[in-house]
Amino acid sequence: MIRSLVRDTPSIPWFLGILAAFCLGVTLLSEATGTGALSTSFVKTLGKTLCLCLVAIAMDVVWGYCGILSLGHMAFFGLGGYAIGMWLMYARTEIIVAESLASATIPPTPQEVEDAIATQIFGVVGSNEFPWLWAFADSFVLQLAMVVLVPGLLALVFGWLAFRSRVTGVYLSILTQAMTLALSLYLFQNDSGLRGNNGLSGLQNLPGLGAVPQSVVSITFFWASALALAAGYLLFAWVVSGKMGSVIRGIRDDEARVRFLGYHVEGFKLFVFTLTAIVAGLAGALYYPQAGIINPAEIAPIASIYLAVWVAIGGRGRLYGAAIGAAFVSLLSSWFTGGGAPDIDLGIYEIRWTDWWLVLLGLSFVLVTLYAPKGIGGLVDLIAERRAPRRTGDVGPDAGALRKTEAAE
Amino acid sequence: MTEAVLDRPAPGDKTAGGDAAPRRRDRRATLLELSGVSVSFDGFRAINNLSFQIGEPELRAVIGPNGAGKTTFMDIVTGKTRPDTGRVTWGERNVSLLKMSESRIAREGIGRKFQKPTVFEAQTVRENLAMALRNPRGPLDVLLHRKSAAGARRIEEVAHEIGLAEHLPRIAGELSHGQKQWLEIGMLLAQDPRLLLVDEPAAGMTPAEREHTTDLLKRLAERHAVVVVEHDMEFVRRLDCKVTVLHEGSVLAEGSLDHVTANPQVIEVYLGR
Amino acid sequence: MCRALILLIISALVGLAAPRADAQSGTLQDILQTHAGEVADPGRRTVGPLMEDLAGSGLPGVARFLERWSDKQVVRNTGDGLFYYGTEDGDGYALADIATDEPAGRAAADAIEEIRPNGGVRRVIAGALVQFQLSDPDRAARVAALDAIARRPAADQLEPLRASIPDEPDPALRARKDRLANLLTARFGADTETRIAAIERLSDAIDLETRAGLSQILSAERGVAVNLPADANVARVLEIGSDLSEADAYSQLVEADLAPPPVTNAGIREALAGAMAGGRVGGVPRADLSDPAARTRAYAALAEAGTVPPLVTPEDRAVAVADHVFYELYNEPDPAVTDAASAALAEVEARVGRHQVLDLGLDAISLASIYFLAAIGLAITFGVMGVINMAHGEFIMIGAYTAYVVQTIVPNYTLSLVVALPLAFAVAFGAGVALERLVIRHLYHRPLETLLATFGISIALQQLAKNIFGTQARPLTAPGWLDGAWVLNDVVAISNIRIAIFALALVFLAVLLLILKRTRLGLEVRAVTQNPGMAGSMGIDPGRINMLTFGLGSGIAGVAGVAIGLYAQVTSEMGANYIVQSFMTVVVGGVGNVWGTLAGATLIGGLQKGIEWFNPSNTLAAQTYMILFIILFIQIRPKGIVALKGRAAGD
Repeated sequence: MIRSLVRDTPSIPWFLGILAAFCLGVTLLSEATGTGALSTSFVKTLGKTLCLCLVAIAMDVVWGYCGILSLGHMAFFGLGGYAIGMWLMYARTEIIVAESLASATIPPTPQEVEDAIATQIFGVVGSNEFPWLWAFADSFVLQLAMVVLVPGLLALVFGWLAFRSRVTGVYLSILTQAMTLALSLYLFQNDSGLRGNNGLSGLQNLPGLGAVPQSVVSITFFWASALALAAGYLLFAWVVSGKMGSVIRGIRDDEARVRFLGYHVEGFKLFVFTLTAIVAGLAGALYYPQAGIINPAEIAPIASIYLAVWVAIGGRGRLYGAAIGAAFVSLLSSWFTGGGAPDIDLGIYEIRWTDWWLVLLGLSFVLVTLYAPKGIGGLVDLIAERRAPRRTGDVGPDAGALRKTEAAE
Repeated sequence: MTEAVLDRPAPGDKTAGGDAAPRRRDRRATLLELSGVSVSFDGFRAINNLSFQIGEPELRAVIGPNGAGKTTFMDIVTGKTRPDTGRVTWGERNVSLLKMSESRIAREGIGRKFQKPTVFEAQTVRENLAMALRNPRGPLDVLLHRKSAAGARRIEEVAHEIGLAEHLPRIAGELSHGQKQWLEIGMLLAQDPRLLLVDEPAAGMTPAEREHTTDLLKRLAERHAVVVVEHDMEFVRRLDCKVTVLHEGSVLAEGSLDHVTANPQVIEVYLGR
Repeated sequence: MCRALILLIISALVGLAAPRADAQSGTLQDILQTHAGEVADPGRRTVGPLMEDLAGSGLPGVARFLERWSDKQVVRNTGDGLFYYGTEDGDGYALADIATDEPAGRAAADAIEEIRPNGGVRRVIAGALVQFQLSDPDRAARVAALDAIARRPAADQLEPLRASIPDEPDPALRARKDRLANLLTARFGADTETRIAAIERLSDAIDLETRAGLSQILSAERGVAVNLPADANVARVLEIGSDLSEADAYSQLVEADLAPPPVTNAGIREALAGAMAGGRVGGVPRADLSDPAARTRAYAALAEAGTVPPLVTPEDRAVAVADHVFYELYNEPDPAVTDAASAALAEVEARVGRHQVLDLGLDAISLASIYFLAAIGLAITFGVMGVINMAHGEFIMIGAYTAYVVQTIVPNYTLSLVVALPLAFAVAFGAGVALERLVIRHLYHRPLETLLATFGISIALQQLAKNIFGTQARPLTAPGWLDGAWVLNDVVAISNIRIAIFALALVFLAVLLLILKRTRLGLEVRAVTQNPGMAGSMGIDPGRINMLTFGLGSGIAGVAGVAIGLYAQVTSEMGANYIVQSFMTVVVGGVGNVWGTLAGATLIGGLQKGIEWFNPSNTLAAQTYMILFIILFIQIRPKGIVALKGRAAGD
């Protein structure tokens, strides 16, 4: 099983090896466990980047392999974040409230404690009651289940409706974008039960672990993210290899033909869509405790479009390409927008990268789509080819990007 | 496990043993029947009160001028197009195909080879054949599918039959047009359907390949129902089977090739304009 | 008394049409001198003849005199015995002529006798004054008087108002006076019959004044008692649960002193905290008090000891509420009047509802026009080329910024608009052609890649606009003739800009249909839409058609940008705000069809307004529900309202 998986997907040992080396390096340089050359906030950025790589891999499976350009996977990512954020916020507020009420003359009733938590959390939106959405917020296990269930069920219902009516191609993309927009607009409302545009905050403070320094928390989350990424990589490598991979790539290239072979195409799409949505939710649940805050803007359609951009720049149809794209573009983006890049003085005009980065990103994205459809991952082909020239010819930019080096039934 | 049962030898395949199929194979039992089927697109009647039946096993050639409704006929049988009126019944228990999805119809045992070869060009010949192989089709079955020696053997057999045994690891997109035709036929074989709908199988083939195709189709027709849509009269003549002539969406004549070509109406339709 | 006096005045004023010669004895001062005693020391009962003469004189300064008289600004100079307008000025008075208000010198303080009419007289004056204002030759003054009456209707305004009706020259104002007179009659009429008759006449109105007037007649106050008051005009009896929650009912009982105030949980806690002694309160240890039952026990113990008021249990509350009846009483005692008023109000409300639907329809049409303009370009490019242009919204933005730039150069708003419309089309057309030639041409048959590449263009263009024009919104000012609105009545109104946008959408609909149906280009476009391969083989250059189509679609987006910029603001994100709605319009309407886009725009516009009507406070929710509806709509008609059928639709 493992052997055939590695044979089908030769990138697995490479990817896991590089990831492990990277994690070791970061651990040795972090504040908590190493020399301290990397600041805690940078370790957090790296941990977040790993989560983005995970959701990018999921996006690659649904888009690069199954041909569904979903503009909704960052919404699933955000939902995962909201689900875990609810517990983090509830549990932490509960501790604060319990501390403040403990000194009162009369010990508080459970109802008083809950009311105080509700006032604390929902005061900003002018409410002091828990909405029904928060029914399970006091339970870590149940909220963790929500991380999986909420994105999973939403993807299942939406996917069932969309695939059933045979919506495909750009139509489907627009429909997923509409779903994302609807969700973010809903969350922007103050009476949505999730604090409107205030979002959930203070998520970096883990309940009960107030004494643990953030540097330790950050490296722990970094490792958790790395493990999740590795597990996700293995999971998806397994899904897209073998017969399943064959069928879903068949669906991408000629859906009707797969149908006439007797495969229930909608079922396969739904499976891929839902599975990737769940993984996206899990990635979000790891991301937002590191980010500390989540608000509806994170769910807006633009985020999902950026996700597609990462995957496209990294190289669709290869899992490591998606991961490289997400890491490369998101880190570069924070370098440019964070003022890391030096401004260029042209004499008559000074190019400030904080202003011009998006223009650069947009244009380079167009160029990648036009001239390098294989993305950064295409470079790997060039290297591999130099070492072992291919026996077979190219079959066009799209198909070529998806070819497997060694395929066997 | 299940594969051992499902992975039956190709019908008509000389290398394989006897017929292990559990199905009833009465001579000439009606397998597919269309009656009074009509369908129109934007007022244009592509199929007009068409009635058609085919038994199992049987070889049938369907001919007709352009726009006679041959492809639409196949679309209706495979579930791609829903007729406005009429019945399409299938098998011993005369179940209706009209309520079934395309994939369900395919699982019922109707295979189709398209006019234009449609193979998965980005995948290898082996993957193409493996996908068509008769196995459980559910997402979880497919995900948990394990390769088996029997499956590999079956692929080798089919590949040998279609002359692509040497090309199994190649990407299908690199094959020549004729080879793609063969691969598509091979996928049909691997699917092991009860009814084969074959649209212009000989297009783009060399004379030798045509002969091979004819033999293959005739052998298949010993155990299966085979419907061949073809333009090439010479090819049809060599099939030596009952011929149905379609014109303007309904059956114009039916019988042996000589019989139908003697029909003045058929001559009118084919030569009159 | 007062009313009789007013009647007297009225009878005098009615005579304005035929002025009595004997009263016309010269100037205002003359009249005042004739009644000098009444002017200097007016009494409510004695002032009548003076008012009569003033009203009958028809002199222009009478209204001003009455106002100032009432405001205690009229003085008498004891020196010459004449009346002046006087304002205190240092230790003396600045005087002004009583007829002309021209300065008339100064007078020492001891020479001036201030005149201070009492409240009763001032009311009489005000009544007469309204009459003057209502008959003022200046229309604006009459409108102001009517507004004042409508704002604060009072019984004594009725007669002057009624009297002014026959001489009203302006038909619109006359109708309003009629209505207002009716309204006053309905509220303050002499007897039930008159009032009911007036109310019935009101029932065919729709304006805000009438609605406010009727609801004032129907104003009611809540009450509570053991039994329903026998002789009161009861509006309704409130049911506990449906009309009134039990908690509210109980607090009403508390307010009416019919029940003891409930002890809140906070109250219990405070009481317990206050009585805490040695770690116990009421015999209950402190640690147990986190249990609500233990708290109740402890509090009951305190209550028994008499240190705190007894606890009102939920049962006590239920009994107290059940023992009383809660009702609303009309302030108007006459049930016949309130019955007639509520019937009339229901009729008015129903009419208002119908007109609101009409108004909503107009709103929906104008929104649909905007969506149509924004989406039609997208529909054309999608239909003809199978290309989704994510940068379409940025072409809208380009059009709007073009108009903004034109406006900074050409100061005349009308002229700048005339220049901006074609220029916006041209600029967006050029940008569209450039995009097609440089990017999209290379991506045919790869629709998802096109979607992403154009998205790249979109973020680049948005950021570019931010870099050039800054992040703040730029105003696009409409010319004066586009300000204002077309007002049918108090309910139905639509702004001129929206009418203009509607006209613009109609023009583009007509132009597009003309191009597509009547020109060679249109024929070729339709050919390429239906079968690109065949069209190509018949000598049509699909590249050229694609380029022109894309340019056309982008150009219309540019014009839409000008239209949107006129009523919204020009920002770098304005296009992005419309892009999803535009997609929805195209998807719902069906691809590649002008009528489909029109149907889609109408449906989306109507739907959005409809949802907003049900839930007016929440446009976010409206958009959420609309998108959900569209997702469900796709289930029923996956190819849109106007779908291409048959094999041409492709798979």
